[in-house]
Parts: sequence; structure tokens; C-alpha cells
Amino acid sequence: MDWSIVGKAALVLSGLSLVFGALLAIASIKFAVETDPRVDQVLEVLMGTNCGACGYPGCQVAAEAVVEGKAPVDVCLAGGPGTAEAVAEVMGVEAKTREMGVALVHCKGGLAESPPRARYQGIDSCAAADKIAGGGKACDYGCLGLGTCKDVCPVNAIRITRDHRRWVNRGRCTGCELCIEVCPRNLIEIVPRKQNVLVMCTNKDKGRKAREVCTVCCIACKKCEKVCEFEAITVKDNRVFIDYEKCTQCGKCIDVCPNNVIVRVVPRKSRSTKPKADADA
Amino acid sequence: MGWVRNLQRELFTKGGVHPPSNKIAATMKIFPGPYPETVVIPLSQHIGAPCEPLVEIHDRVLIGQKIGDSEAYVSAPVHSSVSGEVTGIIEYHHPTGVEVLSVQILSDGMNEVHPSVEPLGDPMEMTPQEIRKHIRRGGIVGLGGATFPTHVKLAPPEDKQIELVIINGAECEPYLTGDHRMMVERGEDIIEGARVIQRAVGAERIVVAIERNKPDAISVMKEIGDEYGFEVAVLPARYPMGAEKTLIKGITGREVPSGGLPMDVGVLVDNVGTAAAIYDLFYEGMPLVDRVLTVAGDGVAGHANLRIKVGTLVRDVIDFCGGLVGEPGKVILGGPMMGLAQYSTSVPVIKGTSGIVVLRGETVWKREPGHFVCIRCVLCVRRCPMNLMPYLIGSYSDAGMWEELETLNINDCVECGCCAYKCPTKNPLVQLIKVGKEGMARQQKKMEELTEALDKE
Repeated sequence: MDWSIVGKAALVLSGLSLVFGALLAIASIKFAVETDPRVDQVLEVLMGTNCGACGYPGCQVAAEAVVEGKAPVDVCLAGGPGTAEAVAEVMGVEAKTREMGVALVHCKGGLAESPPRARYQGIDSCAAADKIAGGGKACDYGCLGLGTCKDVCPVNAIRITRDHRRWVNRGRCTGCELCIEVCPRNLIEIVPRKQNVLVMCTNKDKGRKAREVCTVCCIACKKCEKVCEFEAITVKDNRVFIDYEKCTQCGKCIDVCPNNVIVRVVPRKSRSTKPKADADA
Repeated sequence: MGWVRNLQRELFTKGGVHPPSNKIAATMKIFPGPYPETVVIPLSQHIGAPCEPLVEIHDRVLIGQKIGDSEAYVSAPVHSSVSGEVTGIIEYHHPTGVEVLSVQILSDGMNEVHPSVEPLGDPMEMTPQEIRKHIRRGGIVGLGGATFPTHVKLAPPEDKQIELVIINGAECEPYLTGDHRMMVERGEDIIEGARVIQRAVGAERIVVAIERNKPDAISVMKEIGDEYGFEVAVLPARYPMGAEKTLIKGITGREVPSGGLPMDVGVLVDNVGTAAAIYDLFYEGMPLVDRVLTVAGDGVAGHANLRIKVGTLVRDVIDFCGGLVGEPGKVILGGPMMGLAQYSTSVPVIKGTSGIVVLRGETVWKREPGHFVCIRCVLCVRRCPMNLMPYLIGSYSDAGMWEELETLNINDCVECGCCAYKCPTKNPLVQLIKVGKEGMARQQKKMEELTEALDKE
């Protein structure tokens, strides 16, 4: 075996690698793209789920926008105030205290309360069922219960039971607003986190017609509007609206509501003696 | 043979399915339908702007009296089908599943006809403009099911010359036999109506298209055809032979361009029912107040072809035919392939209702709601008459990938249902395509708004 060939090859290859290495080293200094180191830092503290709730195509772009000053530090809706603080720390500014709301599905009627008027056969998606005269749901305004909002929720905060009732886990929900857009019946609203007294119906029909399709519907009797001492409740288009700024959550409207449409959301802690990790509503 | 190709050959070689035809009512004569006590006439029975009510509550109306009209061009007025008292102008069920403004009339049983109903004179001496005006006033819409206002169809733009009028008697939907019976019993009226259409658009010829499975209708129409000088095209019996675009391709060999209309290839297609309604309008003066429909299916006691007054409730029609048999599974207005399943039998019959098909529960309940499962067998691609790829459209629509749908020409889909019929995993592909069409339109609107906002910046 001629060892000189091996020696020559090793020399040539190491020489080549030295030359290219040097070229790369020069190029990296000469043609360096200036990036703000803060982009990476911001990216690190963002949620990293690329959910798109902020309106940017992904977390990388959102981070760049924050560093360029195009987006506020609380850009990440899914991350909530914690992420906003972390981003503010990187950027060296004071975190704005934006109150993060929670999602609320304005409908209480499950299969038991609003019996289906037809048997739905089709795709398990609310948008698809809504195309076919609302699937089997008797109420033209109520939740279809097929769970499109549940599917888009990035933090698994929405739960739909077998009888089509739905619960939003207020501990998990970050108020990212992704579910609002996918609901074909526009039932989901972001309400302030502190608000516990909520209206659970959007039916715009008159009392008798609404009652035909659901036992927990708003019949627009206006009792809540009259009993409210703070003028926080208005009835418009046979629907009840609560002004969350005026509402003191006294609960008088809950007592007078004949159909139990206005409810108080009880934090889980007070119901259970054993608090769970995610039960911090 | 000029326009008509050699029809002995197989016509459209690609696509289509052979559902069991179930045309049990094909031998039954058209029978006058029930005389309803109450009719509910929706003010929106056509494609286009809904009508405004012209009557008030407690008014007395007569048969053929106009009760709703609109200022819009693409719209058709609505006439009363009974004489009686208006008992309400209410939001009422509509076959499309939404609630629309409707006029409820309590019949007085007198059957009094409005004085305006009298023959309009010889249409062959009228100008095309006059014919279109009368057709609009008669509230005539396409009776095949799409309910597009006929006067709009008869007014092609100046640069498009209609050369051929196809009278569509294919009736490829299973169960339905109304058009078939019309051709057998009212062949000459249909041809008189077709000649009015021919005069309105200045077409050279008329072709009556009939599927091969209606030999009696073919012989009747051929006999009349020799007399009047028009051709009868005998088509293979295959669904969706009667769809406008496949029909044109089958008869003339011309393909309607994507997003185009039949007038782009110089053809106008009208249903036999529409032609008969035009005859009634010109020679008897009666506007469109009733239509022929088929009641069929294993869930109803008797099959029949009935002449039903527009606004009659479906439950009255079903009761007239002997009522329901067994556990009702689906009540479909229209044919079983493209018709609309109803959640209630208190919907009214409208101008576009070509049939009432009642199917038993055990016949139709074969699939529970579930997720889209595709095994990529591409039976749907082989059966699609429009050369689309339904399984891909379904997948993209299920995943919410609206932008990709555009590249698949989703808007060319005629929603005939061949793909869903053939799908071995029973995927509701048409439903997914409908969702996809809507999602794509929404996405396009959103993108337009976004581009506008960016341009402003």
C-alpha cells in the first residue's frame, strides 16, 4: 500500500477546508445581516404555538414586529399578562396592564333543554351543520354543540359534553379570540375576567316562539332590566345585554329571571374543598 | 343532423352514476292536488331579490292576483293560488331551512279567478320585449328546481346569439316523474311554450331532450315533433344527464366554459315545466300559481303526480296521498339526489319544488355525524361529471384550507351528489363542498379587505 497517496489526499482536503473556512469566516463578517438580538429573546418568551391569534403569521414575525415597535408588548393574546410582562422586560419598557378577558359561549341550551328538531347526519363541524338549516338544533340562534370552537382552542379551555352543553375553563382560557371567528352563530364573546354574572342566551325571537324551542331561553320579559339598580342591563331586539362596567354583580337579576338565563359563574375553588391546579378562575 | 350529434353513441363518457330510478309514478296521470284550507306563499321563491307584500291583512285576494313584487330586475312576482282572505303576513318556514316573509291565505273555497287573468293574445305577433315583460308579470321562474327568473334568462346580452333552445325533459333524478307525465299529457302545450321561448331569444331550432327510459314520452314528442319541426334528442339514462352543462355537452358537444353560462355557447336550456307554464300564461292568462310535482318514496302510502297550488303545505299533500307509512326518515323536497331534506312537514310547496320524496328511517339512516375519512379510492373523481376532484376538495374544506380550494375550481361544482353517492366511506362530500365554497368566498373577501388596508398604508 502506497501511504503517500493517503498523505497527499489528507493534505489536499485539509488545505481545501482551511481555504473555505477562511472564506466563510470573512463572508460572515463582511456580509453579516444585522439582527436585533432582542428578536430571539422575545421569541423565547412568547408562547411558541404559532396560533396566529395576534394577527401575525407566527411567533417569529410577531417577535420581529414587537422589536421594530410595530406591535405592542402585549401582542401575544394566547400568552396573557404573564407573557406580556416577560416581553416588556426584554424590551425594557413598562408592561401595559391590559385586562385579559375570557371567552363566554352565550348559550345554555344542550340537548335536554332544546331538543333537536331533526336528526343531523353529516360532518362534525358547526359551520357544516349551520349550512343545512342548522343541523338538528331547534333554536335558530343557539349553540350547535359540535365543537368547532373546541377544535381551534390552543389551550383546550373549551369542553363540550355529550349532551351538547359547553364549559369554558376560565383558568385556562387566555382570551385569545380564536374561537370567536369560527362560531357560525356568533355566540362567543370575550368578557372581563372578573365578570361573574352573565347572560346565557342570544335568541332574538319573541317569548312564545323562543319558548317553543328551548326551556332556558330569554323571553325578553325585561324583569332584569327593571330590577337592576345600576342601569347596567338593557334589553334590545329581545336580547339582554349587561354593561360590564356598570355591573356590580349583585345578582338581583339572577333571582328574578324566570328562565334562569342569567347565571353566576362560581369559581371552582369555592365549590370543591380540594383545589385543582387549573381551577383558579 | 346539424346540431344534434349522433345520439346512438354513448354521450357523456365520463362521470355520472346510475342510482335506482324508482320511477313508480311514471304511469300515473297528473291529478289535481288537494284543495288546501290554508296556503302560505313565501315572498321569496326564486333566485334574486325577495318581493315586497302588496296585500294587507284581512284583504280578500283572488286566484292569479299579484300579492308580492319587487323593483329589482332579477326577481319574479308572486301570485295568490287560492281565493280567500289574507290572515297574516308572517315569517314562516321555507324549504331552504330559513324563515322568510310569507303571505298566509285562508281559502274561502270559491275558486274565484282574478279579472286580470285572461289570454294575452298571440305571442307569435309580440316583440321579444313584450314577451319578456309578460313572462316577468306572470312570475315565471325555472321550474326544474333552480328557480332562476325566466325573463332574465330570455334576455341575453346583445353580443350573444342564442342558436338553440333545449327543452329539458331528461328528468334524471330518481323517483320524479312530473316532467315525464307532462310530456305525455301536454306535449303540444310544451311545444307552444317552447316556441314562445324561441321567439323571445330568436333561436333557430328547438331540441327536446329526453332520457332513454321514457319511451312513451319519446314517441309522443317525436310525433308532435314531425308536425312542428323540432328534434327529439334521446339521451342515455344516467344521472346527472339533466344538469344543464352535461346536457349541452351531450347534445351539442360544446362545453360551457368555467364560470360561464349556457348562453356563452349559444344555447338556452329550459325545463318542460317552464315551457308549459309559459303556455298557460300566454294562452290562458294564468300566472304561475301551481306546478306539477311527484309524491313518492317508501315512506308515503300512495305515489302520485299532482298539480299542486303553490303555498300548499307539504303535510296536506302527504295526507292527500294517504299519509306516512312506517317511521319517517327523511322528507325531501326535490329529488333524492339534490333535494332539500326538511325538519318539518309544515313547509309550503314553492315554485321550485319538483317532488316530495318521503323515505323511511331504515332506508336513509346509514351514517352518524363524524369526521371526514377518505381512503383515496378516487371513485368520486371518476364519477364527477364536471371533471373535478371531490376527495381533494373535501379534504381541503375539512382542514379549512380555503386558498387551495380555488386552484381546484370548486365553483364549477354543480352539487349533483355523484361523489357522495359513490363514496364507499359515505363521506358527505357535497356538504363539505358547500362549506368550502362559503369558506373560500369569505377568505377572498378577507384578503381583499387586507390588501385594501395595506394599500392605504
